[in-house]
Amino acid sequence: MIEFKLPSLGADMDEGTLLEWKVRPGDAVKKGQVVAIVDTSKAAVDVESWQEGIVAELIVAPGEKIPVGAVLAIFLEPGELRGAAISATSPAAAAPAAQPVAATAAAALPAAPAIPATAASPSPRRMVSPAARKHAQEHGIDIDAVVGTGPHGAVTLDDVEQAARAAVKPAAAPTAASPAAPADKNAEMRKAIAAAMARSKREIPHYYVAETIPLARALAWLQAENAQRSMAERLLPAALLLKAVAVALKRFPELNGFFTEGAFHASVKAHLGVAISLRQGGLIAPALLDADTKPLTQLMQDLTDLVKRCRAGSLRSSEMSAPTITVTNLGDQGTEQVFGVIYPPQVALVGFGRIVDRPWAENGALKAMPAVTASLSADHRVSDGHRGALFLIELRELLQRPEELNR
Amino acid sequence: MKETEIRAVALATLKSIAPEVEEDELRGDRPLRNQVDLDSMDWLNFLLGLHEKLKVEIPEADYAKLITLDDVVAYLLAKTGR
Repeated sequence: MIEFKLPSLGADMDEGTLLEWKVRPGDAVKKGQVVAIVDTSKAAVDVESWQEGIVAELIVAPGEKIPVGAVLAIFLEPGELRGAAISATSPAAAAPAAQPVAATAAAALPAAPAIPATAASPSPRRMVSPAARKHAQEHGIDIDAVVGTGPHGAVTLDDVEQAARAAVKPAAAPTAASPAAPADKNAEMRKAIAAAMARSKREIPHYYVAETIPLARALAWLQAENAQRSMAERLLPAALLLKAVAVALKRFPELNGFFTEGAFHASVKAHLGVAISLRQGGLIAPALLDADTKPLTQLMQDLTDLVKRCRAGSLRSSEMSAPTITVTNLGDQGTEQVFGVIYPPQVALVGFGRIVDRPWAENGALKAMPAVTASLSADHRVSDGHRGALFLIELRELLQRPEELNR
Repeated sequence: MKETEIRAVALATLKSIAPEVEEDELRGDRPLRNQVDLDSMDWLNFLLGLHEKLKVEIPEADYAKLITLDDVVAYLLAKTGR
């Protein structure tokens, strides 16, 4: 028997509201398959299963608010008999004390729960804004049946509202907790960011180092590279900067990982949390997975996809919980420097300012040089300024050999 | 394609990326990215959207010419050859 629990989706999330099940009892679940959509204080997140199995019971009903760690469903392990698993599942074992009593009642849901049949075989991924998803949930609209008119076919709030108006008799949503209205959502996100950042500043002794990195070679290489590429395949400087951070981390494991239970746990993977600002305010930093191993073309495609899905409200739980370090890049509309606040339980954050032309002395001559200021905010419990400075020097050197980053 | 049609395509593309844009408040002769919060990825997607809709190739070397909405429309008008 497998208890499928609500995973932690970041330091600023301690509860979520189940919006929708993507499976129903009897369905086979593969590792990595999206089985539920959970609304957090920041976004609606596709929650994936980390194990294979067969869905035996859906414990929590859509609309219920549940704490991180609560059992959402029971899966049978491959080959396991249903009766054995169910008899071993008492409500007390299935639900933590903090879970609402109503959640256990949902275990008595019939074999065909109030979800569309199509949900049993999830259709190809559609981009749906969090507001649209919530509105659909509130009005019992099948989101899969709504025609999206947003960017790249994304389903917008307007689309759902139109579908709701067109519906003759919308089904009542089985909600125990009403999802927040947009204004409340922004307030919730602000609150979540405040909680995580206050915790960071309270618990993590930050230190900061910065380095101005010349980018003439990197930008010249990018320009030549992009001249050979189609518009859709062009690389942004951000791709180069992210790859350089991921590669540099290999020599500085004390900056890449988590500080939990009083100790640092280094990560062998370089999953970069990319800080993405949302148009309605606030930010999310989902993971660009295995950034150190991807060629730049792949990294750029993944970055584009991540930003698109982040803004459309279609992130996966693994992307929310995976980041081992955060990178914030102010880009060409930002200021020249940024010093970030570490996202716990991570232990470091790398910041990039705007690329600007600076007066640059080289070989006794003064010239204009495009440059970026890279900063490192790091946890003094785990590393020292000397190592942090060496990391930025490594970053600087890597960016002088851009062609080597394209591997 | 006429200038008004190209402007309409440009605005529609812009609004698909930044839905909060109010056309009436947008000044065509002022830097676009000072008026609309477009990061590097948004800007790339804006140009890519124009490329896909108008079948116009926009070399990276030309990005610097595209500061205002009027610049963008004039550039596209010249590229579409009308």
